[in-house]
Amino acid sequence: MSIEIKAPTFPESVADGTVATWHKQPGEAVARDELIVDIETDKVVLEVVAPADGVIQSIVKGEGDTVLSDEVIAIFVEGAAGSAPSADEAPAAASVDADGDAIAGPAARKLLEENNLDAAQVPGSGKGGRITKEDVVNFLKNKPAAAPAAAAATPAPKAAQVAVSVAPGERVEKRVPMTRLRATIAKRLVEAQQSAAMLTTYNEVNMKPVMELRKQYKDLFEKTHNGTRLGFMSFFVKAATEALKRFPAVNASIDGNDIVYHGYQDIGVAVSTERGLMVPVLRDTDAMSLADIEANIADLGARGRDGKLGIADMQGGTFTITNGGVFGSLMSTPILNPPQTAILGMHKIQERPMAVNGQVVILPMMYLAVSYDHRMIDGKDAVQFLVTIKDLLEDPARMLLDV
Amino acid sequence: MSQKFDVVVIGAGPGGYVAAIRAAQLGMKTACVEKWVDDKGATVLGGTCLNVGCIPSKALLDSTYKYHMAHAEFEIHGIKTGEVSMDVPAMVARKDQIVKNLTGGITGLFKANGVTLLSGKGKVLAGKKVEVTKADGSTETVDADNIIVAAGSVPVNIPPAPLVDDLILDNEGALNISATPKRLGVIGAGVIGLEMGSVWARLGSEVTVLEAMEEFLPFADKEVAKEAQKLLGKQGLDIKLGARVTGTEVKGKTVKVQYTDASGEQEIVVDKLIVAVGRRPYTEGLLAADCGVELDERGFISVDGQCRTSMPGVYAIGDVVRGPMLAHKASEEGIMVADIIHGHKAQMNYDCIPGIIYTHPELAWVGKNEQQLKAEGVKIKVGKFPFAASGRAMASQDTDGFVKLIACEETDRVLGCHIVGGLASELIAQAVIAMEFGSSVEDLQLTIFAHPTVSEAVHEAALACDGHAIHVANRKKR
Repeated sequence: MSIEIKAPTFPESVADGTVATWHKQPGEAVARDELIVDIETDKVVLEVVAPADGVIQSIVKGEGDTVLSDEVIAIFVEGAAGSAPSADEAPAAASVDADGDAIAGPAARKLLEENNLDAAQVPGSGKGGRITKEDVVNFLKNKPAAAPAAAAATPAPKAAQVAVSVAPGERVEKRVPMTRLRATIAKRLVEAQQSAAMLTTYNEVNMKPVMELRKQYKDLFEKTHNGTRLGFMSFFVKAATEALKRFPAVNASIDGNDIVYHGYQDIGVAVSTERGLMVPVLRDTDAMSLADIEANIADLGARGRDGKLGIADMQGGTFTITNGGVFGSLMSTPILNPPQTAILGMHKIQERPMAVNGQVVILPMMYLAVSYDHRMIDGKDAVQFLVTIKDLLEDPARMLLDV
Repeated sequence: MSQKFDVVVIGAGPGGYVAAIRAAQLGMKTACVEKWVDDKGATVLGGTCLNVGCIPSKALLDSTYKYHMAHAEFEIHGIKTGEVSMDVPAMVARKDQIVKNLTGGITGLFKANGVTLLSGKGKVLAGKKVEVTKADGSTETVDADNIIVAAGSVPVNIPPAPLVDDLILDNEGALNISATPKRLGVIGAGVIGLEMGSVWARLGSEVTVLEAMEEFLPFADKEVAKEAQKLLGKQGLDIKLGARVTGTEVKGKTVKVQYTDASGEQEIVVDKLIVAVGRRPYTEGLLAADCGVELDERGFISVDGQCRTSMPGVYAIGDVVRGPMLAHKASEEGIMVADIIHGHKAQMNYDCIPGIIYTHPELAWVGKNEQQLKAEGVKIKVGKFPFAASGRAMASQDTDGFVKLIACEETDRVLGCHIVGGLASELIAQAVIAMEFGSSVEDLQLTIFAHPTVSEAVHEAALACDGHAIHVANRKKR
């Protein structure tokens, strides 16, 4: 939560003041009531203290600048600034924490610099939340898989944000080289498109049965499973797992000239965190109950937000589920996550008029997309795979009865 | 009214005394039970490590290495000496003095930290009571909120070679030999056997080491074991593998040792025989039948990852529980348990415990070795740098050995470090720290190591992992 730090109200006879000394810098942990800046006026030096525990995010008026009464001089962010990888750190401060110590090892720092990332974006799995080389490598690897799913949002890396100001009447151009990160994402996307014979099949699913089921049982579920909430993802993961069992080609990967059929389902689930999109993998989803899946997703999500996901959590995976719906996407074509050969895209649930038995009924509908690699999977299998998922979701009893 | 303590520690070895000191520092009322007494009947602290293990063996190893240098390695520096001789009783006396200083030091630390010393043999009773049996046979029972069992280990005895005063010795006897034996037999080519063998080989003994296993140092990285076998052989240790001792016969002041190897039955005659076949947890008279503490199938006290036994409130650490029988492991477990008792969250990282053999050159390792990782199917890259290419090592005239770093091919994380070298025991700490912080090989490559030092070998080994070591030709990547 950001707060504007303002210059104090000056006494009547004082017109303006000058910022004398900043006692705290952006990124430095500040305690409530701690002195952060001195403002000098003709008559007196005024002290400004921190309104709460937190960090200064950015300084608006630097030392020597003139300030008027009640003018904004800094933006402050509330929160426990002590935790090293927390998103409360000032973006500009890069890889330096409250004590000025580097929170990333030498190799990690090098990679952060090369890719114009700042430490606050990357979850650290090392001791005390430190960012290891693996963490940065992993972060870069998972960025491309995120890009297509977040089609509705435009996550340009912070450092690359360039405001192109054009005066009226002028036709200017501004040439900005791609950041390493964007270049890596671009390369991976192109590779995925060029090596795979990728295409997408669509379908739509009536979410009403699942929503009703959820409404009916969510309290009992939460009580029975120690506070684990019943969401939608578990249904999708279960349905996908079932479908993957029935269509092994969709659960396979290509390794050189071999097709590897996996006898297990490890499903990557895109989770959105403050640090960006990450795709941790749920292992052996066939052996998991709905409660297990929900608990695991919640745990991975929490760990993702706390920066505790390790590279092992995101490796492997025989299939991915991505959800553009959280950003408002109605329909999209997800890009494959190599070496997987298929990916399921979930979208926004939108009430639409549907024809049911000759009547017009308003139903909560979701478009589903499965992008797949035609080298491995035939159209028939891909379409039927998606139809299976739709059928299982529209009639969850089928998962119980295995039909 | 029996005494009551917050924590009672049984055993004042490196596990026990550290746990006791830490518990006292955390403000808990602590007692430590120790049964070891010297020949005057005074209680001696420090356990096996201080009295008959780590410390005295290193004292003798250093003394004898200096003798070896004076005897054989001064000349190349241009130093001329006359006849160099070794006064063995003086050497042993120095060792004894060091041990005395250290054990006295622990007594002082106990006093300074307010740890109550209970002299006698401790036994865990039901209901978290500890019975202390004193030297005169009387017993005292104390109540404890928490008990930490740190009873340690004792040497394994083998029926073919029962101990005989002055002739067939365990580690304790081996440290108190009063004159260099002409011929020394050692049963067991493990850490203790090799160290003790080295000591007397340097002073001129003809040393034969009989090892029942076919493989030399099976727990070490194969390259390390191979290099060590070569170097120790050159130092005059005759290491016979696949040699199983079947019997011993004392004849006057010599011992005839019978053993079987690939070619059949053999025998040798030695003036002294050291039995160093391993150590086992010491639980005799330690646990009352109803105290609730269980042993595992190998005789160790059964504990979880944080040293809790099957009885709530009773913990066990060190050699008496699973894991490497190393003093530093015991000490860290002691601290972990004291912290846990005090209510803190405490964990130990069992994957980063270094192991060392103090022969010369020393052998040191941390993490996994090449054969383990290959068996696990991990794709690895290896970087090796020989001390023969190190300027500092050349200046010290100590160029045997190498630093070997193993890392994960995919993630670059350092998975293991294996060193053979004069300063291996000190260098390994660098790898331990790197691994504790989850360092990658690149992290080590980007770290500045002072020149000229032997530590630079660690830096070069890191560079070698990626095929760009500067001071040694890089192997083509296979």
